[in-house]
Amino acid sequence: MSPQLAGVLQLTALIAALALSYRPLGDYMARVYSSEKHYRPEKWIYRVIGANPAAEMRWPAYLRGVLAFSAVSVLLLYLMQRVQGSLPGSLGFSSIDPDQAFNTAASFVANTNWQSYYGEQAMGHVVQTGGLAVQNFLSAAVGMAVAVALVRGFARSRTGELGNFWADLVRGTVRVLLPIAFLGAIVLVACGAIQNFSGIHSVGQFTGGTQEWNGGAVASQEAIKELGTNGGGYFNANSAHPFENPNPLSNLFEIFLILLIPFALTRTFGRMVGSLKQGYAILGAMAVIWLGFSALMMWTEFAHRGPAFEIAGGAMEGKETRFGIAGSSLFAVATTLTSTGAVNSFHSSYTGFGGGITLLGMQLGEIAPGGVGSGLYGMLIMAVIAVFIAGLMVGRTPEYLGKKIGTRQIQLAACYILVTPALVLGFTAVAMALPTPADSMTNSGAHGFSEILYAYTSAANNNGSAFAGLNADTQWFNTTLGIAMLLGRFLPMVFVLALAGSLAEQRPVPETAGTLRTDKPLYAGLLVGTILIITGLTYFPALALGPLAEGLAS
Amino acid sequence: MSTATPAPTRPPRTDAPPAGGPGAAPARGGSGLFDPRQLVTSFPDALRKLDPRVMVKSPVMFVVLVGSVVTTALALTDPTDWFGWAITGWLWLTTIFANLAEAVAEGRGKAQADTLRKAKTDTVARRVVPGVDSLKQSRTGVRTGAPAGARTEERVAGTDLRVGDLVVCEAGDVIPGDGDVVEGVASVDESAITGESAPVIRESGGDRSAVTGGTKVLSDRIVVRITTKPGETFIDRMIGLVEGASRQKTPNEIALNILLASLTIVFLLAVVTLKPFAIYAGADDQTSMIVLAALLVCLIPTTIGALLSAIGIAGMDRLVQRNVLAMSGRAVEAAGDVSTLLLDKTGTITLGNRQAAEFVPVAGVPAAELADAAQLSSLADETPEGRSIVVLAEEAYGLRERDPGELPGADWVRFTAQTRMSGVDLDGRAVRKGASGSVVAWVKERGGRVPEDVRDLTDRIAEAGGTPLLVASADEGGDARVLGVIHLKDVVKEGMRERFDELRRMGIRTVMITGDNPLTAKAIAEEAGVDDFLAEATPEDKMALIKREQAGGKLVAMTGDGTNDAPALAQADVGVAMNTGTSAAKEAGNMVDLDSDPTKLIEIVEIGKQLLITRGALTTFSIANDVAKYFAIIPAMFAVAYPSLDRLNIMGLASPESAILSAVVFNALVIVALVPLALRGVRYRPASADRMLRRNLGIYGLGGIVAPFIGIKLIDLLLSLIPGIG
Repeated sequence: MSPQLAGVLQLTALIAALALSYRPLGDYMARVYSSEKHYRPEKWIYRVIGANPAAEMRWPAYLRGVLAFSAVSVLLLYLMQRVQGSLPGSLGFSSIDPDQAFNTAASFVANTNWQSYYGEQAMGHVVQTGGLAVQNFLSAAVGMAVAVALVRGFARSRTGELGNFWADLVRGTVRVLLPIAFLGAIVLVACGAIQNFSGIHSVGQFTGGTQEWNGGAVASQEAIKELGTNGGGYFNANSAHPFENPNPLSNLFEIFLILLIPFALTRTFGRMVGSLKQGYAILGAMAVIWLGFSALMMWTEFAHRGPAFEIAGGAMEGKETRFGIAGSSLFAVATTLTSTGAVNSFHSSYTGFGGGITLLGMQLGEIAPGGVGSGLYGMLIMAVIAVFIAGLMVGRTPEYLGKKIGTRQIQLAACYILVTPALVLGFTAVAMALPTPADSMTNSGAHGFSEILYAYTSAANNNGSAFAGLNADTQWFNTTLGIAMLLGRFLPMVFVLALAGSLAEQRPVPETAGTLRTDKPLYAGLLVGTILIITGLTYFPALALGPLAEGLAS
Repeated sequence: MSTATPAPTRPPRTDAPPAGGPGAAPARGGSGLFDPRQLVTSFPDALRKLDPRVMVKSPVMFVVLVGSVVTTALALTDPTDWFGWAITGWLWLTTIFANLAEAVAEGRGKAQADTLRKAKTDTVARRVVPGVDSLKQSRTGVRTGAPAGARTEERVAGTDLRVGDLVVCEAGDVIPGDGDVVEGVASVDESAITGESAPVIRESGGDRSAVTGGTKVLSDRIVVRITTKPGETFIDRMIGLVEGASRQKTPNEIALNILLASLTIVFLLAVVTLKPFAIYAGADDQTSMIVLAALLVCLIPTTIGALLSAIGIAGMDRLVQRNVLAMSGRAVEAAGDVSTLLLDKTGTITLGNRQAAEFVPVAGVPAAELADAAQLSSLADETPEGRSIVVLAEEAYGLRERDPGELPGADWVRFTAQTRMSGVDLDGRAVRKGASGSVVAWVKERGGRVPEDVRDLTDRIAEAGGTPLLVASADEGGDARVLGVIHLKDVVKEGMRERFDELRRMGIRTVMITGDNPLTAKAIAEEAGVDDFLAEATPEDKMALIKREQAGGKLVAMTGDGTNDAPALAQADVGVAMNTGTSAAKEAGNMVDLDSDPTKLIEIVEIGKQLLITRGALTTFSIANDVAKYFAIIPAMFAVAYPSLDRLNIMGLASPESAILSAVVFNALVIVALVPLALRGVRYRPASADRMLRRNLGIYGLGGIVAPFIGIKLIDLLLSLIPGIG
């Protein structure tokens, strides 16, 4: 079997698995977020945190919940790392420095999971499992909660109420993420991923010398790392590490986990707004971009010229032989089009265009299908923008899902789309202009520029993957990337929730034959065009100086 | 308005072709077509608009202005650099072209304003000195019938009038201000405002009492109570509106401006941050401030930014061309969103009057006898219904129309609202025609009997939506008898069914409003193809209907003219008051139709939609244009640093300088090229939203991506002919 055919088969299997799980999971999540019932363990949690899960919240209250919870999470995670040296089960690792501890705390709470540390050389069991893995669940649940609040904004009318943040947070964790992650961990263990709390082993190498390996609750963390589109690896090599991702089957399963919830949420959205077709249109736009990027990535990686590449069947540098080009390309596209950032290969080693595809995937705002929750709300913001521009062309003032897109709505949507470009381009420009940050680059020229552009793109979009090659454990990068991650995560949430509130207050406009149909392929196509032109063009000059200059040269 | 008796004061304009066609245009200042000369004549205005305080209202164009100033300063530091000067010049032109678009749009209104100003010459008012007696009577609006000389008058300037003053206007006088006729009746020439030369009747009381300052009394004498302060009259407001001086940004325009501003910020970020990237890449020299300013101006949505206000002004102007004055741009926008149209039956859906369609004799009476009697009895009936009976008798039974004068000894009985009958007593024979109740009473009075089948006949006609009139005769000494029934029918205007089908495809529901009984209303509604009807409608019913529709989130448009329409007009999202209506109605509505043609509501909706479509189409075009500009400018800036990027120069542009200049020139020229489209509006044909979107996306979306590739290449070809550039 040729590697290309293997790629097609893997993609087909992936699509089939996603299609099979789409309906049951999407419908299940719609029920989870709409149900009136509280399970007993959930009630215990509400009692402990002192929340009334039945109390409806308006958007400022909902936002306060999100921000307060996240602030406490950052603080706790920071403290855990700072006192690691005195915690039991720390494998003897010392406490983390303040700037790196801040960076890591911000990173995991913002669902970014950028790692400026080496997992196996810095974090013990307690921080890994009790801190980082916990945030893998909670930060993902926060993203889903905000998305659901926005969906409620569309679905409800003449009320400002968006549901209860604490209920959404707890349910997302208890009813969605925990059970799927549990099953996922079992599958990964079956595939050969490790799951233990063993200490450090010294292993003799073939070439002589010894290597030190520690165990850990890897499979369980791996499952939620992918499922919650987190991406922070237990080990520095992330999903390229055989303990995390042992074989092609586990690889495909991890890609499946990454894409599972973001795609299924479009079904949840369709259910909750009362029109499955609206969900399909959003799904269609996401799927077109994802498939297009996957195809492009495989093409550019397979087509890479040169004798060494031809023997390997393509650009194999930085890729694991057990995954091959197809398994690596699919993973790279999935991880950068979602806010995952896990890697099973080194994006820095991809061809110029390949690296550009990973960059552009993040720069589109990670909406195809995007992070858990964040993908859906990001896509819905773009849907609002697309409706606003093109909706006028049917001769009515713009409306989406029966809600008028007026001054306030477009203000909030416009603020949303300003945040990440401002962070990415702003920080990259400052970093390029200052003398010291450039010292972190391993490469010169266009590739070196790509390293820094990639770092800020990844942080501001809450991806977390690194281009490799950049030494990001400096005070400058730890601090600015940490700020970019926090602002890139929570500022957009402010606008999303405000938008949700303003939509929920409106009275719905009835649909007529004169209304723009947003549940048709034409609209999905329009949405894709809007995303590519508006967000794509923002980064065109920067991309030209990085991956394009590199890619066109070969 | 009553349909049984025609309002005698209604101007006989219902049969006239809809205004707004070519016939009405010459009277108004501008025409619908764009004249390229306007670009030249408006140029001075465009320069005047360079005032930064004016420019700042359009964030996109303000950025271009700042860019122009910056490049000018830079060009001055290096006066030998032709490229810097060329870019500077074209950036200024971009700014000026934007102002030009607005100036041209406004210029079209100015001509109209000048015509109106002529009507607003200083008038001398004959104010009635308030006397206890006359004032009291006049205030109540009761005709006093007092002789004209009984009042003391004083001559004051029209500008000194106060609200509540009474002024006397006689034949030849110009009415000094807006007001209501409280006494008398007169024919008034309103051509100064409406462009229509046929005089209209204005009389005290009723729905035809409003007069407008600046119009001229042609005959008779009226007393007018002033209702508007000088300077705030209808004509003043009209001047403000057509000049665009009082133009406020509409909600959607504000929202669009916000989006354009945010896109401007995004591209500003992209360009500003490019400098450190370029320095790192070793392309410092190729990314001078001038080049970056050029890139920025090319990327920000200047096309729509430049044309946005022209589109808005032109939309209002298109309404003015059709003799409709929108009191706010918001109303025009709302017109595009309307999903329910309330249409008055009479004059909009049906011709103004019912017409005789059929003579149905009772058993035993020859049809010709009935026709003869019907004709005889209608000769003295001057109402349109009466005339139509005579016409039908002639057309269907060959009965020549007889002149009442040729029948000596005939005693004519005229139609009155009280008797509801007309007829003639001739040679001892009495013939009557009229409402069934009246005729039946008349027959019974004379000892006649009403046959059983008369009731069946009248019921059948009523069910079919018609109005039955009975014809009866009585010979001297003999019993009176019913001869038969005349079927009076509402005649639905031609083409209305197609019009309503069109509206339905656009997602607009039509509701017919009529004073008829539900049976009649249903029949006409079915014939005309409206979606729904409101029968026996009172103003309260109308109001309730509007509120019900609005509660469901729908926007409602209606027309009205009477004082009792005022609350509904105010409640409706688009309320079009007829110019012939009362000032209360005109105050309440947000549009005034100077032609008083209720059919125009449909056109108003179409103009509203066209305005929004034009805005969306040019926004899409503007944003789609950016793709090609990148392909021109990025290789021009960076091909030196990274030769591989020259592959992006897919247009094969001659040199970096010509590439950048071509993009800038294209960006400026496309504004001028699109001015006619902005003023005229994009072609609009009623269709479903889906088809419209597909069509407009194809033209302005895909076209917007492709067009600049061609345009920039062509300009580059021309530029490369200039020595030293290519």
